[in-house]
Amino acid sequence: MQDYASQIHRCFRCGYCKFPSDYSSLNCPSYRRFRFESYSTGGRLWLIYAWLKGEIEWSEHLADILYACTTCKNCAEQCPMKFAPDIVDWIVGARSDMVEKGRIPLRVARFFEAVHGYGNPLKQLRSQRAAWANGVKKYAPGDEYLLYVGCLGSYDENGQKMARTLVDVLNTSGASFGILAEEEECCGNEIYMLGEMGLFQSLAEKNSRKFKDLGVRKVIALCPHGYNTMKNKYPASGGDFQVYHYTQVLDDLIKKNKMKPSPAKAKVTYQDPCFLGRYNNIYDEPRRVLQSIPGIELVEMERNRRDAFCCGGGSGNFITDLLAGGEDSPARVRAREAYETGADTLAVACPSCLTMLTDAVKAEDLDDKLTVKDISQLLRAPLSTR
Amino acid sequence: MLTAAAIYDALGKIVGKDFVSDGKEERYFYARDGGLMPPHEPDFVVLPRTSEEVQEIVKLANREKVPIVPHGAGLALTGLVIPQRGGIVLDMKRMDRILEVNEKARYVVIEAGVTHGALKHHLQKHHPHLRHSIPDSPPIATIAANVVIHGQGRLSQQHGFNSDMVSGLEVVLPTGELCRIGSCSVSSYWFSKGPPLPDLSGLFLGWFGTTGIITKLGLKVYPCKKMRDVMLALTDKAELVPDIMLRLSHTEMVEDVVVAAQPLPLRFKGTFWIMAYITGDGHEELEFKRKMVWDALWEYFESRDVGFLSIPSGMKAPLLSMPSKDTTRFADVSKGGGFQYAGPIAPIEKFPLFIRKLEEVAADHKLFYSSTSRLIGAGHCMMFSFSFSFNRANADEMARAKTALDECSRFALEEGGVLWKADIDEQRLLMDKMDPNTLVLMKKIRQLLDPNGIMNPGNWEIR
Repeated sequence: MQDYASQIHRCFRCGYCKFPSDYSSLNCPSYRRFRFESYSTGGRLWLIYAWLKGEIEWSEHLADILYACTTCKNCAEQCPMKFAPDIVDWIVGARSDMVEKGRIPLRVARFFEAVHGYGNPLKQLRSQRAAWANGVKKYAPGDEYLLYVGCLGSYDENGQKMARTLVDVLNTSGASFGILAEEEECCGNEIYMLGEMGLFQSLAEKNSRKFKDLGVRKVIALCPHGYNTMKNKYPASGGDFQVYHYTQVLDDLIKKNKMKPSPAKAKVTYQDPCFLGRYNNIYDEPRRVLQSIPGIELVEMERNRRDAFCCGGGSGNFITDLLAGGEDSPARVRAREAYETGADTLAVACPSCLTMLTDAVKAEDLDDKLTVKDISQLLRAPLSTR
Repeated sequence: MLTAAAIYDALGKIVGKDFVSDGKEERYFYARDGGLMPPHEPDFVVLPRTSEEVQEIVKLANREKVPIVPHGAGLALTGLVIPQRGGIVLDMKRMDRILEVNEKARYVVIEAGVTHGALKHHLQKHHPHLRHSIPDSPPIATIAANVVIHGQGRLSQQHGFNSDMVSGLEVVLPTGELCRIGSCSVSSYWFSKGPPLPDLSGLFLGWFGTTGIITKLGLKVYPCKKMRDVMLALTDKAELVPDIMLRLSHTEMVEDVVVAAQPLPLRFKGTFWIMAYITGDGHEELEFKRKMVWDALWEYFESRDVGFLSIPSGMKAPLLSMPSKDTTRFADVSKGGGFQYAGPIAPIEKFPLFIRKLEEVAADHKLFYSSTSRLIGAGHCMMFSFSFSFNRANADEMARAKTALDECSRFALEEGGVLWKADIDEQRLLMDKMDPNTLVLMKKIRQLLDPNGIMNPGNWEIR
C-alpha cells in the first residue's frame, strides 16, 4: 500500500465521486444514506487530511464516517483525477492508522475480535463451520476444485442456502470438487478493507499455506469478497492457485454443455456485486448464466455494471451496519430500484448482497412482489443434465 | 435567547435529528471550500427537505439572530458559502425534486438542491429534445447556486448568463415569508421571472444568499439538437481573438465559443485554442454550420493567422463532454488538489490585455496558469478566467496563488471588468468603485429584507 499521507491532499472535493457516469442519482452509498458532505468520498478524504495535520482530533464520529465507507469503489470509477485508482487505498490506509492507534468504532473492534477468536465475524463456533454442508465431501488431492464458501456461506442462513444450492448445481454438472469444512477460515477481505493488516496477513498466509499443503490448484469462491482477496491479495502472501467466482465456473460449464438449464419463467434483474464488477471486471459471466435459462427475461436496473449501486454491505457493513437502516439505506434504495424495473426476481451473486437485499425487500414490503435469489438458485430450479 | 443546545434541538425538530449536525467533522468541512479563502466554522449544518422546513429554520434564525448561509455544493471556490460569522449552514441538496417539465413552454420547475448532473440526466432520459445550459463546474453543482452567482454555461453565447434563463423563483425571505417571483406569482405557469411584471428576481440573483433563500426555481430549457460537434481554430495572435469571437458570434450558428490558453504541454504554449461548438438535427445541418464557421474565419485562414485543427477522436470526446471533466482536472496539474480563478466579466476587446497580464503574473509568482474564456451573449461580454493551480500541501504556493489572484482581480477591475462571484475581499473592491447611490440602494434593500442581518453576513456588506 502506498504512503497515502503524502497524496491525500490532492482531492479537490469536486464531487464526481458521488455519481454514476450518467449522473442519474447518487451512487456513493454512505453519501446517499447520510447526505452530509462529510460522508462523501471528498468529505472523508478532507477529514482524513485534517486529522493527519492535527486540525481535527480523532472522535467516534470521525471513525464512524471513515468506516461507513463500503469500499464499493464507485469513487475510484468516477473520479476524473489521475489518482483515482488509489482512493480506496487511501481510505484503507487511514483505517489502518486508526487500527494501529486503537481508535476504531466498537463494532469494528468486535468484528476483528470475532475473526481473530472464531475465524469468522459472526462469532460462530469453528466446529459448526460445516453445519450447512450436510455431508458434502471434503477436498481431497485429485479434486479439480476447492469450493471455498466463506463466512457467510458457512454461517449465515441465506449464505448457507446459497452454498447448498451451488453444491447441488455443481454435483449435477459432474464437477470434481470438495470443501474444507471445519478447516475453512475467514478469507480476510473485509479485514483488509477495515485496515487490520496484521490479522489480514495472518489469514492470507494461513489460507495460502493450507491450500498449498492440500495441493489445491483451483478454488471456486462463493463470495466475490473472497474471490477478490484471493485473486488480488493472496499472491503477495504466497498464494499460488487459480481462483474463480462461481458464476465464472457455471458460465464455463454451460458453454461446454455440461449443464443445460431447462425453461423457466421469470423477469430478472441483476445486482452487480462491487467486488466482482468494479474490482474484477466480471460483468458478463453472471449475465450469460442468467440468459442461458430459457424463459428468463433479463432487465437492467438504471445503474448497472460499473455504475451499479452497492447494497451497502461492503467493508464488513453487513455486520457492523454503520450505514444503519431506514428508507435511505443503500439496500432499500437498491431494492426499490430493482422493483421499478418491473422484475419479479432480483438475482444476486454474493451472499452479502443476498442478505442485505432480502432484508431490504422485506423492509420495503415488497416480498410478495420481488424475490431475491442467488444465480445458482435460479439455475437449479429449471436445471437438467445432459 | 436560546442556548446552542436548544437551537440544535429545535433544528432537529424541524428537519429530523438525522439531518442536523453540530459535529466537529461537519463543521470542519462546511467551514471551507476548495479555494483559498480562510475557513470559518458554522455552529450547525442542517439538511432541509422542503420549503416549509426552510421557512421554519429561517424563522428560528431570525428570532434568535443566528446567521444562516444557504449552501449548494460549495464549488464557487471564492468562499461565498463559508459562514463568516458562524451560525447555520443549510445544505440544500436534499431538496432535489424536479417538479415539472413544461415541454410546450420550454421550462422546468425544480427544487433548489437539484444538481446540473441530475437535470441533465432527467432531460436526456425523458425529454431528449430539450436541454439546459450546463456550466463547466462538476455535476454536483446546484442550479440554484449557479444562477445566484450568475454562472455561465454551454448556452451562454446564445442566451446570456445562466441567471438570464431563470423563469421564476420561490424564495424564503429573511423574515420567513415564502414568496413567489415572476409569472408564477400570478399564474400556475413559470415562464417568466419578471416581464410583464416588475422584475423582482434581481433582489435575489447575484446577492449570494444575502437577501433570501431560493427554494424553487423555474429555468428555461432550449431545443436539444440530435448532433453536436466542436471545431478547433488555433492562432498565436492574441490581438485577433476578440474579432474571431465576434465573427463566430455573427454567424448565429454556434452554440458556444470558448478560448483556452495554457503553457503546458509545451506544444500549447503561445497558442490560443478557439473552440466553436455547433449542433444540428442531421449531417446536412451540421455541415452547413461547419461551412459557416469556416467562412467566418476564412480571411484569417488565408492570411495564415488562423489554422483549423483536425481533432482526433480521443481529444474530441472530452471537449464535447458536459460538464467538462478537464476543467476539474486542472486542480491536479501540480498534484496538489487546488485551483482557483479570478473570472472577471469584461468586454471581449480586453482579451489580449488580460492574457498578457495572466502570463506576467504567473511568471512573477512562479505559478502554473491556464485561462478559459467564454463568450457571453452575442459578443456583449466574456468571462475571462485567470486560473492558477496550487498544491494544498504547500502553504507558500497557496499564498502566492492568492496574491496572484488578487493582483489579477484588481487589474481586471481597473480595466473596466466586473468581478464575477467575487470573494469578500473582491466585493469590497467592487463596492469601493461602485456608484455611491447604487451602494445606498443595495444597503436599503438589504436592511429592508433582512432587518437582523442574518443572511450570509460578511457578503455584500455595505458599510
